[in-house]
Amino acid sequence: MVQFDSAVVASQWSSMEVIMCMLSSGRCTRAHLYLLLLIIIALGFHTVEGIWPLPQTVTTSPERYPLNSQAFYFGYGRQSAAKPGCSVLDAAFKRYFFLIFQDYTSGNVPLRFNQNKPFTVEVSVDHDDCESYPNEDSSERYNLSVSAGKASLNAGTVWGAVRGLESFSQLVYQDEYGSYFVNKTEIDDFPRFKFRGILLDTSRHYLPVTAILKTLDAMAYSKFNVFHWHIVDDPSFPYQSSTFPDLSSKGAFHPMTHIYTQSDVRRVISHARLWGIRVIPEFDSPGHTQSWGKGQPDLLTPCYRGSTPSGTFGPVNPVLPSTYQFMTKLFKEVSSVFPDSYIHLGGDEVGFSCWKSNPDVRAFMQKMGFGGNFPKLEAFYMESIVNITSALNKTSIVWQDVFDYHEKIPKDTVLHIWKGTGYKAELSRITKAGMRVVLAAPWYINHIAYGQDWHNSYTVQPLNFSGTDEQKKLVIGGEVAMWGEYVDATNLHPRLWPRASAGAERLWSDEQQTSSVDKAFPRLQDFRCLLVRRGIRAEPLFVGHCKHEYQGI
Amino acid sequence: MTTALRFSLLLLGVSFSRGFLNDLFDEEEEAERVVQASKYGSLWPLPQKVQLSEVSFKLNGVSFKISDAKESTATPSCSLLQDAYRRYYEYMFGSFKRQEGRKSRHAGPSDVTELQVWITSSESDCDSFPSVASDESYELTVDQPYAVLKAPKVWGALHGLETFSQLVYEDENGAKSINSTTISDFPRFAHRGILLDSSRHFLPIKVLLANLETMAMNKFNVFHWHIVDDPSFPYLSRTFPQLSQQGAYHPYTHVYTPADVKMVIEFGRLRGIRVIPEFDTPGHTQSWGKGQKDLLTPCYSGSKPSGTFGPVNPILNTTYDFMSQFFKEVSTVFPDAYIHLGGDEVDFSCWKSNPDIQKFMEQQGFGKDFTKLESFYIQKLLDIVATSQKGYMIWQEVFDNGVKLKADTVVHVWIGGGANDEMAKVTGAGYTTILSAPWYLDYISYRQDWQKYYKVEPLNFNGTDEQKKLVIGGEACLWGEYVDATNLTPRLWPRASAVAERLWSAKEVTDINDAFNRLSVHRCRMVERGIPAEPLFSSYCPREYRGV
Repeated sequence: MVQFDSAVVASQWSSMEVIMCMLSSGRCTRAHLYLLLLIIIALGFHTVEGIWPLPQTVTTSPERYPLNSQAFYFGYGRQSAAKPGCSVLDAAFKRYFFLIFQDYTSGNVPLRFNQNKPFTVEVSVDHDDCESYPNEDSSERYNLSVSAGKASLNAGTVWGAVRGLESFSQLVYQDEYGSYFVNKTEIDDFPRFKFRGILLDTSRHYLPVTAILKTLDAMAYSKFNVFHWHIVDDPSFPYQSSTFPDLSSKGAFHPMTHIYTQSDVRRVISHARLWGIRVIPEFDSPGHTQSWGKGQPDLLTPCYRGSTPSGTFGPVNPVLPSTYQFMTKLFKEVSSVFPDSYIHLGGDEVGFSCWKSNPDVRAFMQKMGFGGNFPKLEAFYMESIVNITSALNKTSIVWQDVFDYHEKIPKDTVLHIWKGTGYKAELSRITKAGMRVVLAAPWYINHIAYGQDWHNSYTVQPLNFSGTDEQKKLVIGGEVAMWGEYVDATNLHPRLWPRASAGAERLWSDEQQTSSVDKAFPRLQDFRCLLVRRGIRAEPLFVGHCKHEYQGI
Repeated sequence: MTTALRFSLLLLGVSFSRGFLNDLFDEEEEAERVVQASKYGSLWPLPQKVQLSEVSFKLNGVSFKISDAKESTATPSCSLLQDAYRRYYEYMFGSFKRQEGRKSRHAGPSDVTELQVWITSSESDCDSFPSVASDESYELTVDQPYAVLKAPKVWGALHGLETFSQLVYEDENGAKSINSTTISDFPRFAHRGILLDSSRHFLPIKVLLANLETMAMNKFNVFHWHIVDDPSFPYLSRTFPQLSQQGAYHPYTHVYTPADVKMVIEFGRLRGIRVIPEFDTPGHTQSWGKGQKDLLTPCYSGSKPSGTFGPVNPILNTTYDFMSQFFKEVSTVFPDAYIHLGGDEVDFSCWKSNPDIQKFMEQQGFGKDFTKLESFYIQKLLDIVATSQKGYMIWQEVFDNGVKLKADTVVHVWIGGGANDEMAKVTGAGYTTILSAPWYLDYISYRQDWQKYYKVEPLNFNGTDEQKKLVIGGEACLWGEYVDATNLTPRLWPRASAVAERLWSAKEVTDINDAFNRLSVHRCRMVERGIPAEPLFSSYCPREYRGV
């Protein structure tokens, strides 16, 4: 058995030269091709494409075992706390059967009545958390051991088991005859960061539920575990509130076709749960709320021109008691609809000009002794909102702006860093104050550029800021953001994938083992073809091809 | 070449608005932009002369007909038109199909009941292929009870049908409506192309056809098929099958068979689109070498062959024998009068390294000037292709290097920076030219880059009127390094639509705000027709893309 860690595999695969040579078909020297060939032959696992994101430790060998869809089983280990009937695992077994045997439905199943022995993937978990939701403390660690006729997958939770099944599915490959194989392998794996999110923005463009569900599928393939649903914003309010139905009937792009009904939301949450993905909704206020105002009179601040209202509206009106009554009811609904313990409250980019223009706001400022300091008004507002969600036993996430103007927010609030310039200094400041952070700033991948811009996402070093070990522990993870100005169902998936997958590896894998884009390149190329094969419209990294190209338009 | 055209028009009523959003708020630096109803509705590209009135008629999806006018020289046997009638009926009333019988078949008094299509020239061109000289003009009158579309040839009729379909809108009750309208239209430029690259990534036939379909919606009329290049050779040649057998990414799943090619050509013809293939030599030919021994130049390191290969070997007779046979095939497979022969980006280092080439250079008296060798090759190639009665297009370097070109050669200007000077030079030498330099759509950037493409004025170079007449058009190029079936369509549309209007509409059509308003609705129309055309900015379409 050849033993090596994954980084070694990657390095042997891929001096950049060899890759370029494969790509430009002929611009390389024969010598390089031979070299590549030798590596392949010597190691004898050329069809093992590796796992994305890279597991913490992998040991694999050239010894391979055939898999036959007619004699392939998932099962529960005898010691497993989860038993048959476990909704998460039963659903995962079904999904992964089809993901592993891609030809199964196309009728190309080789009907070979050979001597293939059965192969069983035996899953054991320590806790029967089959009916629960994944949460911030859920362990995703798993151990996978593939041997003759059997793979043993052990995990603390079903969520870890789901991650392990994904890794297993990526180990399976087909030879030239279409037969399936898996190599003898040992994997011990766990995520570097426990919060690994994707932000989708359903306000600037409405995203049909099917587009969201497909994103959740692709997220699981990259082991993302948080769907940050930036559900409403200035342009539209597609969330159909049962308490305040006017919000979407007046604030959505269209009251019937461009909304998320309660059952749509439930569908997204339950689909996400089966993949071990948390759904964190964001109801951003007091800014970014133009669409709210359409269905909720008096919620927004009337702006003034001189001494008369101008007819336009600014941020949420922080001086009216009715505002807080409304917010209390809305967040009460939201916190029961969304089971996750986190709610994102936004708090970013509040423009003060409208507040300044309004005489009632100015009078309130005076009464409260804020003087002309509008950040104090904003802080007053945010504190009230955070208190509302705290009373509902929810943890608040807010954008970094809230910390910047108000350092005395409750200690259990999570700060979300989004500003590109100076984000390392911001990491230092916030963690020094003892607050937890989620980093999004380097992963605003709605910003596109010509060429292989996944490098930028990949080479981020989230903990490379000045601070103590204790401070670094406060970085609970990161998030890849796809803001919606230029994105809707027509182009969302190719813009997200595989670019987001670069961020996924940074958040899951060991940084030392995954520091080279050159080593990552061929692995990510294979992974994007796997995504395409699974029906995800993942765009190419560079010149080349996939065995199975995307079949849509 | 065009005289300034004035647009006489009447304002359209507010009812023309398709319910677009009233407010858009932008969080970032981009100037706030609100989609508003254009007085030109959603016409794209904007016709040369439009008269729109506020008088609106209804269209009954059950009884509405598109038919040949009595006087038309096209007969019902003209399947090109029959196909187009069905296609546009589907676009306009596709959602009505299943309601047949439920609604009254009787036309109301304010209905337009029929679109009559009248081909006026004695030759309708129904069964021919479009060419650079094809008449694409048409006149459209929408009135009650008939709308009449007059065009000398079927090509104009196709464009007129597209325009008619763009005039149809839904009123507040969802009823299909159209306003009284008079349009007289023709393209500013005769050559309006899209380049797709099927070598760097293989593009499945389905993708090519979907984009031909979308080209027709934008009145593009040339598909420049950059079919082979260094990375792969997907064209299955009958004469040299080993080219794709060895040179394609996969000999069966990543090739274009003769039947595939035929299908693309016919699909294009039915939409008034020419298919011009590009077989680029002597550079960009690495994939050719895999299936054709001795075609490429062996590179040397020192005194020994290094095992790598350079451009086509220009000193062997076998090279020219091969090219004769190969282009003989190509010229029969592709009916268009033009073939694109490439000729760009030839790297001389391999030629320099090869002792046989060095010797040949000496014999020919080329000295160390390898552009002379390149010209020698191209000259021979052009002579070969000329014998097949085809015209040719070439990238600008061939002209720059002083190769003797046939008078009808089309020089393709692509190098950004100095494109205007190049246009002046090429037309100054009397050659026909097309422009691509400002329209390399593979270069993406954040925000609304369609505006950059829209603002280009192709005749903005120093030259006489005679020179400007030599500019027959342009092409938007989507090179394939970062593009395949997964992302090609949303990356191309509606960005290429900006180029479409620049090449079709009058020079004076430059109002970027009006363009934004029309293009926003036009992109939603493409989405509704099943094309994943990406958004311009925060907004919505009444019917969003249903794929994922």
